[in-house]
Amino acid sequence: MAKVEAKRGLSEERLREFLREMLLIRRFEEKVEERFRAGELPGFLHVAIGQEAVAVGVCQAMEDGDVFASTHRAHGHTLARGTHPNAVMAELYGKLEGCSHGYGGSMHLYDVERGNLGANAVVGGGLPAITGAALAFKLRGEPRVAVAFFGDGATNIGTFHESLNLAQLWQVPAVFVLEDNHWAESTPEIQHSPIRDLSKRAEAFGMKVMKADGQDVEEVHRVAQRALKYARDGKGPVFLHVETERLVGHYIGDPQVYRDKEELHRLQETRDPITLLREKLGISDEEFEADDQEVQEIVEASVEFAKAGTDPKPEDALKNIYA
Amino acid sequence: MPELSYREAVRDALAAAMRKDDDVFIMGEDIAEMGGSMGVTQGMLDEFGAERVRNTPISEIAIVGAGIGAAMQGMRPVVEVMYEDFLTVSMEQIVNQAAKHRYMSGGQLKVPLTIRTQGGAGWSPGAQHAQQVEAWFVHVPGLKVVFASTPTDVRGLLWSAIYDDNPVIFFEHRTLYGLKEDVPEDLEPIAIGQSRVHREGSDVTVVATGRLVHEALKAAEEADSEGVSVEVWDPRTLQPLDLDALVASVKKTNRVVVAHEAITRMGFGAEIAAVVQEQAFDWLDAPIERVGAKFAPLPFAPVMEEYVVPHAADVLEAIKRTVARG
Repeated sequence: MAKVEAKRGLSEERLREFLREMLLIRRFEEKVEERFRAGELPGFLHVAIGQEAVAVGVCQAMEDGDVFASTHRAHGHTLARGTHPNAVMAELYGKLEGCSHGYGGSMHLYDVERGNLGANAVVGGGLPAITGAALAFKLRGEPRVAVAFFGDGATNIGTFHESLNLAQLWQVPAVFVLEDNHWAESTPEIQHSPIRDLSKRAEAFGMKVMKADGQDVEEVHRVAQRALKYARDGKGPVFLHVETERLVGHYIGDPQVYRDKEELHRLQETRDPITLLREKLGISDEEFEADDQEVQEIVEASVEFAKAGTDPKPEDALKNIYA
Repeated sequence: MPELSYREAVRDALAAAMRKDDDVFIMGEDIAEMGGSMGVTQGMLDEFGAERVRNTPISEIAIVGAGIGAAMQGMRPVVEVMYEDFLTVSMEQIVNQAAKHRYMSGGQLKVPLTIRTQGGAGWSPGAQHAQQVEAWFVHVPGLKVVFASTPTDVRGLLWSAIYDDNPVIFFEHRTLYGLKEDVPEDLEPIAIGQSRVHREGSDVTVVATGRLVHEALKAAEEADSEGVSVEVWDPRTLQPLDLDALVASVKKTNRVVVAHEAITRMGFGAEIAAVVQEQAFDWLDAPIERVGAKFAPLPFAPVMEEYVVPHAADVLEAIKRTVARG
């Protein structure tokens, strides 16, 4: 056992923390679905069920001072980087106590203090600014890294190509994390990309590529640490290609008419990152349920917090337009 | 007082900010060894080096977007988009990202980015190298928009744009780069949002921007010889607009002509006409006249280009029309 631990480099205790983090995201997202269906949450919501290991593995490898840009599927990244569930849930309820004070919503979660430069509702929209943030770190000689999350769908848009090209050209400390869930909304990868291995797109710019199984949080974390160190050491940007699974629809309420239900069921049975880690650690039902109970209480409390939050005044809409 | 061209005045403001502040740097296409397609940044590579005078690939999305990212980290980048026409390529980054990060974050972020660009007809580049597109940007909350018409103004306004904590779209006019005038010995910042009266008058207010300021001044000379006293008012900053000063001028003259090189229809002048009638309807003695380009892409053949864009004669005719209303 000790030998395995040494190879892992992570203690069982740390992995248990990861499990709880992933479980927090899962239960949070399930609660979001439930409250959305109950008509309590306005807007358009995308949950990260199935992709928890990417969020936790990468965000736990980041250091204080590192920054990141997220996507429309942002709850997981934001929670994994340490924003309190109360602040995230309050944002989804449109309250002043929310992490974007009610101005952003699900697709625009921010927490600048924790390096969250914003979730973006334009696919690929956040990548150029990550190259720019990394340029600022390089120009100022700061040992910080800027991280961009994006999906396979984003690898077809111009922002992706221009940002990677410039980042590699200028050797800035950025990590581009491709959360490859093989779906661009309802369009499968086979219909949106002529190549199967999307990391070739980064290789075409001469960028360092690292790969990880996105359902194995330990592996994601290990590879993300290497990627962040590589960038932080001034060796240039890294393309971190993570294969993951979207175990739910694109948005809450998506009937997924485009998706093979048997295949989805198979993925839910075999590729759930929480089940996989639980099995790997040999956690008993009792232990798991204790963790689960604790997490569910946190999530329930976040709903209570959010509901008790302060509604913005309508005219607050005219604030925060200019600095 | 030193004499500077408009081009040199832009360079002077950039260099002054870069000497003062390590957080100011410039990037864009061909701005280093070549000194920019308009020669604005000539010599800056030698003084500041390649880290701070950054040649970029032809990637307007990444040029603007990287500027946004560096600005969000507290730097004050000045990016050059070679022609206004190419702003279309970076439109998403300007409109959805630069303009909205502060708002969407509920005030957590600021984006002190300056986007310098230039355009202007009169040299037959055709339809994709000389448009005047400022109206697109004054429609976007979160952006500031500046359009300077003289060396003194461009110098003082660029300084203020760089030190503004918001994204500023900074329009320069191609045909003004060679214009020279005496400027203050030391750079004097001009506040964003402060207009300028280039010439005082009592019969008509001509609201003019960019090249049309100079066309309006020519028209005002002509009108003066015919006994019509024209005030030429240059907003200099289109967003925010110095509305009080505009209204004061209108209440004095009671007649308004709006003149810009951009297309008249749905142009910046349409908004000026709207706010003037909202704020000073009872003081108007005549309908507001508009002068601008005809509703066509910029044509190549010089005779057609000349026909499409407005000149001093068009401003003069508009002045006469409004005065003729009694």
